[in-house]
Amino acid sequence: MSAATNETSLTGADIVLKALRDQGVEVIFGYPGGAVLPIYDALFQQNDIRHILVRHEQAALHAAEGYARSTGKVGVVLVTSGPGATNAVTGLTDALMDSIPIVCLSGQVATHLIGNDAFQECDTTGITRPCTKHNYLVKDVNNLARTLHEAFYVAKNGRPGPVVIDIPKDVQFAEGTYRSPADSMPKSYRPQVKPDLNRVEEAIDLLAKAKRPIFYVGGGVINAGPVASQLLTQFVRMTGYPCTTTLMGLGAYPASDRQWLGMLGMHGTYEANLAMHGCDVMVCIGARFDDRVTGKVSEFSPNSVKIHVDIDPSSINKNVRVDVPIIGDAAHVLEDMIRIWKARGKQADKAALAEWWEQIEFWRARDCLRYDKTPKIIKPQYALERLRAAISGRDDVYITTEVGQHQMWAAQFLPFDKPNHWMTSGGLGTMGYGLPAAIGAQVAHPDALCIDVAGEASILMNIQEMATALQYRLPVKVFILNNQYMGMVRQWQELLHGGRYSESYSEALPDFVKLADAFGGVGLRATEVSQVDDVIAEMIKVKRPVIVDMCVDQKENCFPMIPGGRAHNEMLLGPDEKVENATPEDGMVLV
Amino acid sequence: MTARPSPFASTAIERHTISILVDNEPGVLARVIGLFSGRGYNIESLTVAEVDRDATLSRVTIVTSGTPMIIEQIKAQLGRLVPVHRVHDLTLEGPFVERETALVKVAGTGEKRVEALRLADVFKARVVDATITSFVFEITGQGEELDRFIGLMAELGLVGVSRTGVVAMSRGPGGI
Ligand SMILES: Cc1cc2nc3c(=O)[nH]c(=O)nc-3n(C[C@H](O)[C@H](O)[C@H](O)COP(=O)(O)OP(=O)(O)OC[C@H]3O[C@@H](n4cnc5c(N)ncnc54)[C@H](O)[C@@H]3O)c2cc1C
Ligand SMILES: Cc1ncc(C[n+]2csc(CCOP(=O)(O)OP(=O)(O)O)c2C)c(N)n1
Ligand SMILES: [Mg+2]
Repeated sequence: MSAATNETSLTGADIVLKALRDQGVEVIFGYPGGAVLPIYDALFQQNDIRHILVRHEQAALHAAEGYARSTGKVGVVLVTSGPGATNAVTGLTDALMDSIPIVCLSGQVATHLIGNDAFQECDTTGITRPCTKHNYLVKDVNNLARTLHEAFYVAKNGRPGPVVIDIPKDVQFAEGTYRSPADSMPKSYRPQVKPDLNRVEEAIDLLAKAKRPIFYVGGGVINAGPVASQLLTQFVRMTGYPCTTTLMGLGAYPASDRQWLGMLGMHGTYEANLAMHGCDVMVCIGARFDDRVTGKVSEFSPNSVKIHVDIDPSSINKNVRVDVPIIGDAAHVLEDMIRIWKARGKQADKAALAEWWEQIEFWRARDCLRYDKTPKIIKPQYALERLRAAISGRDDVYITTEVGQHQMWAAQFLPFDKPNHWMTSGGLGTMGYGLPAAIGAQVAHPDALCIDVAGEASILMNIQEMATALQYRLPVKVFILNNQYMGMVRQWQELLHGGRYSESYSEALPDFVKLADAFGGVGLRATEVSQVDDVIAEMIKVKRPVIVDMCVDQKENCFPMIPGGRAHNEMLLGPDEKVENATPEDGMVLV
Repeated sequence: MTARPSPFASTAIERHTISILVDNEPGVLARVIGLFSGRGYNIESLTVAEVDRDATLSRVTIVTSGTPMIIEQIKAQLGRLVPVHRVHDLTLEGPFVERETALVKVAGTGEKRVEALRLADVFKARVVDATITSFVFEITGQGEELDRFIGLMAELGLVGVSRTGVVAMSRGPGGI
C-alpha cells in the first residue's frame, strides 16, 4: 500500500467500501435502512462488491455463515440501526457459538443523537457485547479504516467469531483519511498458534503407549482450514487408531473410511460413544466437550488420559479436566504431531490395537442406525438414504440443515468426506438457519448442489428467503422431512413427559408445493415410498429453487439417544428400550 | 493409564486477586463485568483506573473466588477479551501487596467520640474531616483490617462508609 493511498481523504461510506475491497471481500449480505443509506449509496456507485438483498436481517447473518463456512473466508453483513441490528442478534449469537468468522456493519443514529432515544436508535454495542467476539462503535471517521481492518483480523484469527462495527450516520458522511490493513493491527490481540513442543512430545508418548486410543475431533479442525483435515487424516491413518467427530466436525475426517466411527454424543453411534467411554487415551482436537457430547460429565470417559488441542485456552479444562493441554492451531499441532511421531520412530501397540478394533467392530455390528424399512410409509431415514445414493460420487454438494430430528438424521445418514461441505447450527440450535445458510453457500458456489435438509416447522422461520433465492437465481433445494410435528420436541415429550404432546403438533401447515410455486420456485411432493427416488432426481435436475415436501412417518424417533444426565454407556438404541427408568430425576432439568 | 495428578482436582473454594492490563477504551469495563455476570463468577471487589496515559492503559484489579478450575476459566476468559493485554494471578505468582482505602464517617459526642478517635489512632486512621459532632476517618490497609475498624465504629455512631476496593501489586522488582 503506497503512502499516498494512506493519505487520501474519503467519506466514511467510501472508506467502508475501500476497506472491504482491501480485505478481499466480494459479497456482502444485507438489508437497507435510514442509518446506512450513505453506505448503500456508495455501494450503488461501484461494481467490485456484490450485495445480496436478504428478506430479514437474521437471514443475512446465516447466509454469511453459510458463505464463510463453505469458503473459509470471513462472511460480511450490512444492516441498519435499531430493528436491523436487533434482528441480527440471533445470527450473531449463532456465529459466536459455532466459531464462524463474521464482520457485521450496522448503521447507528448520528453521534450527537446517541443516548437520546432517537428514531431507530438502540444500544447496539451494549446489546451485542455478549453475543460477539468483539464490537466497536466508531465515533471518529479517522478511526474507521483501522477499525474495519482490525475487525477482520479479530474475526478470523484465533478462535473465529462475529465482530460488529456500529457506524453512526454522520461518520458515514464525514471525510477522513484511509489506512491500509498493514497499518491497522490490533494493539493487544495475539492468539497463540504454535504449540508448546514439550506438550506435543508428551502427547505423542502417551499416544504411542495407548492400548485403547481414540481421536475425538471437532469443528476446530474445520476452522483450521482444509490442510488441517488432510493432516488429521494422514495422522489418524499413520497410527491406525479410531476417530470420531462431533456434529460440527463432520467432514474433518472422511466418513467413508473404516477408521471413522461416526458422530459421537447424544445422537451419535453406539460404537463411537462406547469407544469414548472405554478408551485409555483420548486426543481431543478442536472440540469443546459440549454437554451434547459428554452426557453426564462425572461418568464421561472415566478411565482415560485426556489430551486436548485447542486454539482457545478457555475451551480447555472448562467442562472436563484434561491431562495434557495443548494450545495452538489444529493444523500446526497436527503437523508437529506427525513430525514427532515419525522422528521418534513411534509405532502403535499392534496387539493391543487389534484387540481394541475387535471390540469396536463388535459394537459396530449392532448396526445402531438401522430402522424399520417398511414399504408402507416413507421413513425419514429412508428418504435420506436415497438422497445419499443420489448425490454419491459428487464432490460439489453442500448440505445445510434446520434444527430438530431431521438435522440429526442428516448428520447420521449423509456422507461427509470433505470439510466445509456441511453447515448446521450446532451450539445455538437455531431453527431457520438452514435456508439462508444454503443461500450463502450457493452464492459462493454458484454451480454446486446446495441442499437444506429441513423440518416443516423450522423452515417457516426463514421461509421468506425463498424470494432471495429467486431474485439471484440461486437454485437451492429445500428438502423438507415433513412429519407435521416439531419432531424433536415430540420425541422429548414422548420420552420424558408421558406422551403429552403440548403444542408440538402443527395444525395448520401451508401447502409447500403451492408455496414454492407462489415464490416462483418449483414444488415437489412424495407421499409414497415409490415416489421418493423420482422426486429426488427431479429436485437435482431442476436448475431453480425447489421445495420438496417429503411426507414422512409422523411418529419416527431419532436413535440412538443418550437421555439427558446419562453416561455414554447408557444409550437407548431404539423404541423398544424402556425409557421410564432411563431418565433420572436430575437428568430431567437438563436441556 | 494415568498422567500426572491434575492441579484442578480440588473442589475447595479459593480467593484470588487478579490484575489485568487493558486498553482504556469505552466499554472495556462493561466487557469485564459482563463476563463475570454472564458466566456466573463472583466479584468480591473490582477497581479500575488509568495507569499509563501515553499508552492509554488501565489496570483492573479483581478479587474473586472459586475452585481452581473456575479460577483458571476466569483467567482464560479474561485473556481472550480483545482489549486485554495481560492477565496476572497475583495469588499464584508469588508474594504481593494488597491495599484498600475506606472513608468512615462517625457522628456522636462525649465518651463515644473520644473512643472513636482513640481507636482511629490505634488503627492509624487519619482524620480528614471533623465537625463538633462528627469525624471522617481515612484508613488504608488490608481488607480485614478495614472490616475490623468499621465493625468497631458501628458501636460508636457509624454514619456511612465508602471503600475503594482492592488494589494490588506483586512484591519485588518484577513487572506487574
Ligand atoms: C438438536 C441438537 C442435537 C445435537 N446433538 C449432538 C450430538 O449428538 N453430537 C454432537 O457432537 N453434537 C451435537 N449437537 C451439537 C452440539 O450442541 C455442539 O454444537 C457441538 O457438539 C460442538 O462441536 P465441537 O465440540 O466440535 O465444537 P465447536 O463448536 O465446533 O468449537 C470448536 C472448538 O475448536 C476450537 N478451535 C477453533 N478454531 C481452532 C483452530 N484453528 N485450531 C484448534 N482449535 C480450534 C474452538 O476454540 C472450540 O473449542 C447437537 C445440536 C443440536 C441443535
Ligand atoms: C428458534 C428456535 N425455537 C425453538 C427451538 C426448539 N426446538 C428444537 S427442535 C424443534 C422442533 C423442530 O421441528 P421441525 O423443524 O419440524 O423438525 P423435526 O424435529 O420435526 O425434524 C424446536 C421447536 C429451536 N431450536 N429454535
Ligand atoms: Mg417436523
